[in-house]
Amino acid sequence: MDFLHEIAAHYNHWITVFLMVSGLYIVVARGNMVKKLVGLSLFQTSVYLLYISPAKILGGTAPIISEQFEVYSNPLPHVLILTAIVVGVATLALGLALVVRINEAYGTIEEDEIFAEDEDE
Amino acid sequence: MISAHLPVLQVALPLLGAVLCAMLHRGNWAWAVALVVSWTMPFIAGSLLLQVVANGPISYALGGWLPPWGIEYRVDVVNAFVLVLVSCVGAVIMPYARLSVASEIAPERQAWFYAMYLLCLCGLLGITITDDAFNAFVFLEISSLSAYVLIALGRDRRALLAAYQYLILGTIGATFYVIGVGLLYTMTGTLNLVDIAGRIDAIESTRPILAALAFLTVGISLKLALFPLHVWLPNAYAYAPSVATAFLAATATKVAIYLLLRFFFSVFGVGFVFDTLPVTTIFLALSIAAMFGASIVAVFQEDVKRMLAYSSVAQIGYITLGIALANQTGLTGGIVHLFNHAIMKSALFLVLGAVFYRIGSVKIQELAGIGYRMPITMGAFVIAGLGIIGTPGTAGFISKWYLALGALEAGDWWIVFLLVGSSVISILYIGRVVEVAWFRPVGETAKAASDPPHSMMIPALVLVAATVYFGIDADLTVGVAAQAAQTLLEGLK
Repeated sequence: MDFLHEIAAHYNHWITVFLMVSGLYIVVARGNMVKKLVGLSLFQTSVYLLYISPAKILGGTAPIISEQFEVYSNPLPHVLILTAIVVGVATLALGLALVVRINEAYGTIEEDEIFAEDEDE
Repeated sequence: MISAHLPVLQVALPLLGAVLCAMLHRGNWAWAVALVVSWTMPFIAGSLLLQVVANGPISYALGGWLPPWGIEYRVDVVNAFVLVLVSCVGAVIMPYARLSVASEIAPERQAWFYAMYLLCLCGLLGITITDDAFNAFVFLEISSLSAYVLIALGRDRRALLAAYQYLILGTIGATFYVIGVGLLYTMTGTLNLVDIAGRIDAIESTRPILAALAFLTVGISLKLALFPLHVWLPNAYAYAPSVATAFLAATATKVAIYLLLRFFFSVFGVGFVFDTLPVTTIFLALSIAAMFGASIVAVFQEDVKRMLAYSSVAQIGYITLGIALANQTGLTGGIVHLFNHAIMKSALFLVLGAVFYRIGSVKIQELAGIGYRMPITMGAFVIAGLGIIGTPGTAGFISKWYLALGALEAGDWWIVFLLVGSSVISILYIGRVVEVAWFRPVGETAKAASDPPHSMMIPALVLVAATVYFGIDADLTVGVAAQAAQTLLEGLK
């Protein structure tokens, strides 16, 4: 029972780990370049949870200096993740742009077909 | 007044220059901006190094927010040395870039090339100078994203594929890094590296800290192309434009190595990483695998750029070997090799760029007899190649000498034999190119070739001269590297 309680108490981390591993799995297992990028985004997104969920304190407010509030959530991780989201968007955009160019150059976005084309040369 | 703000100018100038290049749209104007900016960098880095050697570390509070709350730029001997290396390579390559880029990249994209070059320079200098773990992540992504674009600008369509693969692996590496930083932050509540170092002792054997170390090590190792994580590197270097290859080969992996040094030695501490955990064993095994595996693969490459790319993986093995030894002499060897390899490898890639400029190919069978048509160029190749092999009188010998001394100091005499063995393999792949270029009759493709214009020849020769100079008079490089190694081993505490 204690064991189950332990797992339930850290449910936010379990969600993070599940997203992380499934994202990484998609990157490795899929041959379609767009799907790979989706997996990569999922993997990056899981990190946002890793930062933000420990920063939220139950019953905590925004960090306001006032005698009424004593418990507050840490704002810094939220700001860091704002930056990380921008980085993630930039990476996804660049990745998709490369896929468009690859599709123009090779006529396909399946990795195995592209490798086969390059070997024929 | 301005000298107090040198640390931030080191990063801000290339960033502004990149924006300016992107707005100019004309290749030549953008080149002029990039030239001016990249030539200011060595002066800033050099004066920072002089200050640091004379007066100790410089701390710069960005925007006036005092550390540990604000972002701190902190310069000590270790990163000042890397700053000098990156900015000097960036400056030497720039005069070379104009003709090479003009011949390899479409006119409407040339301004973008210089914008990306400066952005990449900004990112690399930023990783090196910052003392904030998350800030380093942002700079890591700035340099990586611009590096993907630089690679994708190559003429071959395989450049696109290489850039895509590098993007996937590079992003996984950067995300691993940020996971590690997140775990460190949850445990210590700070992102300032000095501050983390001060708080980590009490909690160093907890599971999140161990996980953080593992994530950081794997993430950074992907970026620095440690042996089994190097798969992105050969294609990226082979298909990128010549200028981009020379720049990235000399700087990108080196800055990642610096970041690893920073975390291993300054943040986690030598005692924890190397004595408590089996990091030495793991890194020794991987370094030796790189020294032999990648060298052997290099011998069988048909594309000379790809051959040198595999050679880079092998040479990175030497540097990580120095890190794994974790004693004063070995670490000095590793840091000196970081510098020497950057110079020698960028010299070689510049020479290949010159060959590509003349005959439009760097396939080994098309280089037959090219030494007689491009004597200065291929002469430079031979000298820089001797440096890679580690012949006495070149910079490569100095670093291998210190690595060997470090191995003996650690009591691992067998490593000395492995160093020699791996050098013998590098004789094979360098020798293969030299044999084709100098000892074969002049082939069809080589007939019309001649040495490239001065603007391309002189930067390559400057780097070759540095290879020889630092092989004969190593006081400067070894002196600074020894001081850097000492700083690292003492830690930040």
